[in-house]
Amino acid sequence: MRSKFVSLMLLIVLLAAAACSPQATPAAPTTAPTQAAAQPASGGKTLTVLAAASLTESFTEMGKTFEAQNPGVKVNFSFAGAQQLAQQLGSGADADVFASASPKYMDAAVTANRVNKADAQVFVRNRLTVIYPKANPGQLKELKDLAKSGLKIDLEDKSVPAGQYSLDFLDKAVKDPGFDPQFKANVLKNVVSYEDNVKSVVTKVSLGEVDAGIVYVTDVTADAAQKINKLDIPDALNTVATYPIAPISNSKNADLARAFVALVMSADGQALMGKYGFIPAAGK
Amino acid sequence: MMTIKTPVQSETPLHQPHDLGPSGRSSKAKGWFKQSWRLLALPLLLFISIPLLALFQRTSLADFISTLNQFQVIQAINLSIVTSLATVIMTLAAGTPVAYLLAQRRFRFYRFVDTIIDLPTVLPPSVAGVALLMAFGRMGLFGPLLTVVGINIPFTVVAVVMAQTFIAAPLYVKAATIGFSSIDSELKQAAALDGANRWQIFRYVILPLSWTALLSGIMMTWARALGEFGATIIFAGNFPGRTQTMPLAIYIGFEIDLNVALTLSIIMICLSFLTLVVVKGILHRQLDANYGFTTISNA
Repeated sequence: MRSKFVSLMLLIVLLAAAACSPQATPAAPTTAPTQAAAQPASGGKTLTVLAAASLTESFTEMGKTFEAQNPGVKVNFSFAGAQQLAQQLGSGADADVFASASPKYMDAAVTANRVNKADAQVFVRNRLTVIYPKANPGQLKELKDLAKSGLKIDLEDKSVPAGQYSLDFLDKAVKDPGFDPQFKANVLKNVVSYEDNVKSVVTKVSLGEVDAGIVYVTDVTADAAQKINKLDIPDALNTVATYPIAPISNSKNADLARAFVALVMSADGQALMGKYGFIPAAGK
Repeated sequence: MMTIKTPVQSETPLHQPHDLGPSGRSSKAKGWFKQSWRLLALPLLLFISIPLLALFQRTSLADFISTLNQFQVIQAINLSIVTSLATVIMTLAAGTPVAYLLAQRRFRFYRFVDTIIDLPTVLPPSVAGVALLMAFGRMGLFGPLLTVVGINIPFTVVAVVMAQTFIAAPLYVKAATIGFSSIDSELKQAAALDGANRWQIFRYVILPLSWTALLSGIMMTWARALGEFGATIIFAGNFPGRTQTMPLAIYIGFEIDLNVALTLSIIMICLSFLTLVVVKGILHRQLDANYGFTTISNA
């Protein structure tokens, strides 16, 4: 009896310790974007938006604005790598709006007959930046340092738009006289992991598990900026990512879907995106 | 334990199938009704088997072979085999003492140890991944210590093995515990009386009597290690040839090249199926042997 009690106490202490430890739950990357379209709001309607992981913060606020403007409507987001969302759309996932971090995956959705090509429009642009932990374990001072041997770099898989843009940056750098011709090869040698979405890279850099990562400037949110620093990539080497958005062609809430896209394209919506560091692009 | 096959037992007619009702002989309709409940088992069986078969139907042999020849696929298969075998060795070495301890049952923290060992099988693997990172990551609990010694675990093959061991070792420990505790302690005492030391008792009494349980446990651990995904992608990351095991290649491949995902999935299904066939084969042999044993002692 006593030993039972003792072990129970130990278990409780253990669980409590786990719950209290300061870093017990780092923002889990959105690896399981499954609850899309799961529960329709009782009475009202539910709008399901599939959005690239880099839109997590900005679109969450956009959703709140939309809900305030449309009483009774609930906006559900599924944030993941755009390549994953396009794959889900191709497999018939129920959704109303798709916002991609690259025209490539909007095209995939068009090919899969889930989006009418004419409906897709660019709503923001984004840029890449190098990030590193505040403590700077890799002692990064400039972009060239990314090629230092022994550095640990976390990138996105090349199927993720940000991963492809990162490779584009390395390609441009190699052609730049300011960089070593071996720059790309040396940087790639330092890569320890190719994540499946951009937020995983942010998490691993802010945990300090790697020395550097390449993400969008918008990923350095006020929250993230407490743990990471940026190292700017100049315009000449940067790839400007264009984000297209479109209502899903067979959406059950076609009107709401169009209204959501309209909000994103409106002056208010564009200002909101600008607040999160995106480059507004509506009507350009 | 009830023996089923032996004629010796026929004097105790506890098992009289199809004859439980008071009406005695059942009508034809009633017989059909009694059988029809079996149809209720069908939905779940189909639900599980049809998707697995659908995988096979989506790929042709030519696609399968040409995908198998891709470098990244071969790398993933190699890495999976090497890491899962390392996991098996680690588990045998570190798990056997734990199973032996649990089989004693009479010690102070039995419940606690038993619960700790069960935890990884209940937890989502992603929790294991985050936990491992918090403990062994560069900024984790042991991070500063490991850095001083020059050891770096995350994003390495070692991390893959650790993730697999964390998730899969309990399966072996549980099976081995059952194997160890099924051995009559009188046998061990008899061996001790004959002058056998602890190692000899283990080697010549316990091991021969429990090897089936150990083997089926280790097969289950191996299969689970092969399938580990969540803890691996968080703790070890995803790097082809270094930490990208088959499940990770399936996950990433799913978004780029469906053939990679299909081919590796088929391999995983075949390996898992074979493992279960072997384990179940061993277990049945053991059960048969046990029943035979009971019969002799009863007679």
